[in-house]
Amino acid sequence: MVSSNEARAASQARLAGFGFTLPAVAWILLFFGAPLAVMAVYSLLPLTTDGSPPHLRFKAYSDFFSQPAYVQAIWNSVVTTAIVVAVSLLLAYPFAYVLAYRVPKRWQRFALACAILPFWTSYVVRSYAWLLVLAPTGIINWLLINLGLVERPITLAYNPNATVLGFVHFFIMLNALTIYANLVQINPRYALAAQDLGASAWRSFLAVTLPLSVPGMAVGAFLTVVLCIGDFITPQILGGNKELLLPQVIMMQIQRQLDLPMASVMSLVLTVIVAVVYLLMQKPMRSARL
Amino acid sequence: MRRQVGNLLSGFYLTACYVFILLPVAVLILFSFQDGRLAVPPFKGPTLQWYVTIFTSDRMTDGLINSLIVGISSSAISVVLGFLAAFGISRYEFPARRLLQGVIILPLAVSYLLVGMGLLVTVSSLGFGPSLWTVVIGHVVINMPLAFAICLTQLGEHQRKIEWAARDLGASTLRVLAQVTMPMIAPALVAAFCLCFTLSWDEFIIAFLVTRFDVTLPVVIWSMLRGGFSPQTNAVGSFIFLCSIVMLVAVELLLFRKRRV
Repeated sequence: MVSSNEARAASQARLAGFGFTLPAVAWILLFFGAPLAVMAVYSLLPLTTDGSPPHLRFKAYSDFFSQPAYVQAIWNSVVTTAIVVAVSLLLAYPFAYVLAYRVPKRWQRFALACAILPFWTSYVVRSYAWLLVLAPTGIINWLLINLGLVERPITLAYNPNATVLGFVHFFIMLNALTIYANLVQINPRYALAAQDLGASAWRSFLAVTLPLSVPGMAVGAFLTVVLCIGDFITPQILGGNKELLLPQVIMMQIQRQLDLPMASVMSLVLTVIVAVVYLLMQKPMRSARL
Repeated sequence: MRRQVGNLLSGFYLTACYVFILLPVAVLILFSFQDGRLAVPPFKGPTLQWYVTIFTSDRMTDGLINSLIVGISSSAISVVLGFLAAFGISRYEFPARRLLQGVIILPLAVSYLLVGMGLLVTVSSLGFGPSLWTVVIGHVVINMPLAFAICLTQLGEHQRKIEWAARDLGASTLRVLAQVTMPMIAPALVAAFCLCFTLSWDEFIIAFLVTRFDVTLPVVIWSMLRGGFSPQTNAVGSFIFLCSIVMLVAVELLLFRKRRV
């Protein structure tokens, strides 16, 4: 009798657990999972030019990979993302290190909050703000001309370098955040122990602190890849339409060609790239406790 | 001596980073007060006329209202669904719990472009036109995982014991949820709402993809960019930014101030 009561309570608890979780799961499956499936189907039903009913084939995929411009866009996206990840990590690490170890404890939260302030502007506003700085009529060129350093405006905006700059600006904040969160969790005694054993400050950093901060860097790098490779705004506003990135080509399919199957193919390719990066970085990210 | 050089170098580096990070926002805000038709140096002013246009031009007020509708409704749905799921996951043992948790978290690891594209393709293949409600749906997809994660970290063992006590005293599950759990983590719920609202308020790509006429503020700004450097764009941008900061200060006060005591 008792055991059947317990069994009933357990099955009730299971039901209740499901019940509470179900609405959220249903929302994700219905409005994220299902649309992805629709996209996958769409990518297999390319537009037909003669109005005949579409049938299942890989035409959009072969079209995509046989277009040099599209393959070039993938390449541009991958290279740009790789550069952005490398530069952001390189600049963010010392920044996070100084914040975590040199800034007095009670100022750290405030210092960090100021350091990520522009994080909370939208992509559009942030890229526009960089234009105000970099444009031929922008603040840097105005300063250079008024100081007599140059005679005519130098080209800073509307090229791939400006895109990278815009990205690095955003991701330096993101990576500083994840690296800082990791650094403050490292027990300072490890580094002290290394120095007691005769290691120089530099060596104890390389052998102790740096390896222990790999998870923070990995999480930062992964988020950088996800957000950077999928962003359309920054290259569109700052990049000057010379070297197109994959999201720009996707948007072109939607806005100008109205070719949703092709746009679907491209979005799926983008997702596959991110998934591969995730699989590669799963191990270093796993031990992160952010 | 060596220590001093180190401190000097780190101070220098810190300053350089701050200048780099804050420069664009500072320029954006400064030239929103520009007394002239162009947001380029030299600075003339200050004037508040461009801020006034946010509330007087039809395009702006429409965008503002749409942004508020989307932000408030998507954040409310996100917090309710995220909280219920966090309660279910943290308080009950049931099969596939880990899997379901993974499903809820999944949208955090994809770009917004994919979420927007999926909705666009689906909505257009179902024959619906572009609408503001599709933006709400998309913003819930990207923000609910976050609300879920925040609630999950706040539903700890301490709260669990108090819930048990209420249950021992005869309270039903729903009563425990409404009268014990929710009041206990109310600051986290409000903070989650504010954070979701900030992200929805700033979000561009989903809103751009699935709307046509009823657009949100970031999309209005996007269409203003073609007009060149107008101080009006600076003013709207600064306005959006300041609203976000106010929300985030609220989050900070609600979520973190208490823990320190």
